[in-house]
Amino acid sequence: MAEAKKYPAPQGNPESQPFWDAAKQGKFLIKRCMACGEPHYFPRAICPFCFSDKTVWEESSGEGEIYTFSLMRKSATGPYAIGYVKLKEGPALQTNFVDCDMDKLRIGQKVKVVWKPTDGAPLPFFTPVG
Amino acid sequence: MTIKGKAYIAGIYEHPTRHAPDKSTAQLHAEVAKGALDDAGLTSKDVDGYFCAGDAPGGLWSMVDYLGLKPRHVDSTETGGCSYLIHLGHAAEAIAAGKCSIALVTLAGKPRTGPMPPRASGAEADFEAAYGATTHNAYGMCAMRHMHDYGTTSEQLAWIKVAASHHAQYNPHAMLRDVVTVEDVLNSPMISDPLHRMDCCVVTDGGGALIVTTPEIAKSLKKPLVRLIGHGEAMKGPRGGKDLDLTYSAGVWSGPRAFEEAGVRPSDIKYASIYDSFTITVLMQLEDIGFCKKGEGGKFVADGNLISGVGKLPFNTDGGGLCSNHPVNRGGMTKIIEAVRQLRGEAHPKVQVKNCDLAIAHGTGGLLGVRHAASTCILERA
Repeated sequence: MAEAKKYPAPQGNPESQPFWDAAKQGKFLIKRCMACGEPHYFPRAICPFCFSDKTVWEESSGEGEIYTFSLMRKSATGPYAIGYVKLKEGPALQTNFVDCDMDKLRIGQKVKVVWKPTDGAPLPFFTPVG
Repeated sequence: MTIKGKAYIAGIYEHPTRHAPDKSTAQLHAEVAKGALDDAGLTSKDVDGYFCAGDAPGGLWSMVDYLGLKPRHVDSTETGGCSYLIHLGHAAEAIAAGKCSIALVTLAGKPRTGPMPPRASGAEADFEAAYGATTHNAYGMCAMRHMHDYGTTSEQLAWIKVAASHHAQYNPHAMLRDVVTVEDVLNSPMISDPLHRMDCCVVTDGGGALIVTTPEIAKSLKKPLVRLIGHGEAMKGPRGGKDLDLTYSAGVWSGPRAFEEAGVRPSDIKYASIYDSFTITVLMQLEDIGFCKKGEGGKFVADGNLISGVGKLPFNTDGGGLCSNHPVNRGGMTKIIEAVRQLRGEAHPKVQVKNCDLAIAHGTGGLLGVRHAASTCILERA
């Protein structure tokens, strides 16, 4: 496997910094709105569903299943599997599926978060379990 | 308040080039502007409204000055490939409100000559940029899920390319003029599963332009009359990741809005220009704007149903983005132009739809599997 792929360091900003601080400790955070109860990702200060500012950080299980994916074969840095995960908590998010046989990926497969290093905070990726 | 019948397309021009290393991007904009004005029988002095999108170098400041325009209404709405469909709707709104009377819309660029400038990053950048979403794989993700949910097949997608190639053989400017088969598409290399190379559109330099005007001015000119009778626009993204569903697009909102304003139904449409960045784009759009039920697009496009003179819904009779032209990686402009040619009776005789009095031009812009816009224009021969 061509691991050791170089990923860009997240820039961070006042709105997202707690996410990256938690990432450095291996914690995967999502946001939940205390007004409407809906979780969301990527994290915002204002809830995208009800516009309340009562959003709080919540640690996600980091577990979910593959909603869809595409194995990108035309790439200067080698093939990669982009896709979306639906987290146990609800929100779907864009990611890459790593540390696996990409030809065996399938929709509905269970996955969990894994962290890949950058020059700054690590980035969340997902890998099949079991 | 409606724009129905308030604005006419009096001039169209598609640049014949598909590779322009010897020209500047601004020059291509000027050439297509001149072409559309000549087609309408107007001059740049007549233009009092100007519309351009992210492909226009320097934006409105530079382009208005470079072209020597004196507009009293401008709009630089940027929604990728469907920007020009939205511009057409906005031009009609401005004309209906008396804000301008002769609007120019231009598109041009040279992605085949060299790389395109990067897009500005949004709030999602830290959370997505590392994952390498591109046009190919963002549309691949939609196709993969559509196949999973509805049993859509690669053979069905291939029929869309086959239909486009049947039309492109008659277009002397088309980049790819060879007729291809379903097997050819399936045997072409896999680019981003499940999309093969022939599921993807061409990359071309070039451009196109429109002149949009009032009913009175259009009637004083010499071209056959074509008017806009319905317009819709909409946007869609993951929106916090709730209820993610990549099997439908913002076309489910823009399409019905346009049909309602026009007072017609999909079954009334004689010709359809559907943005074909990829085969899956066409299949999903046909479902979303109401030509068939969700999930039945595969059956709808199969067996030549999109081929002019063969099937029920002739589409992209210029060869579309899949075979003819996809200037600046943006397909909306050429969709409008071919629809106007059909309504004027100026399409190639081999693909001209008989008695074509009602047409649709529809497209999306951005990444269908991530964030995108959609716009629908319904056009009528007056």
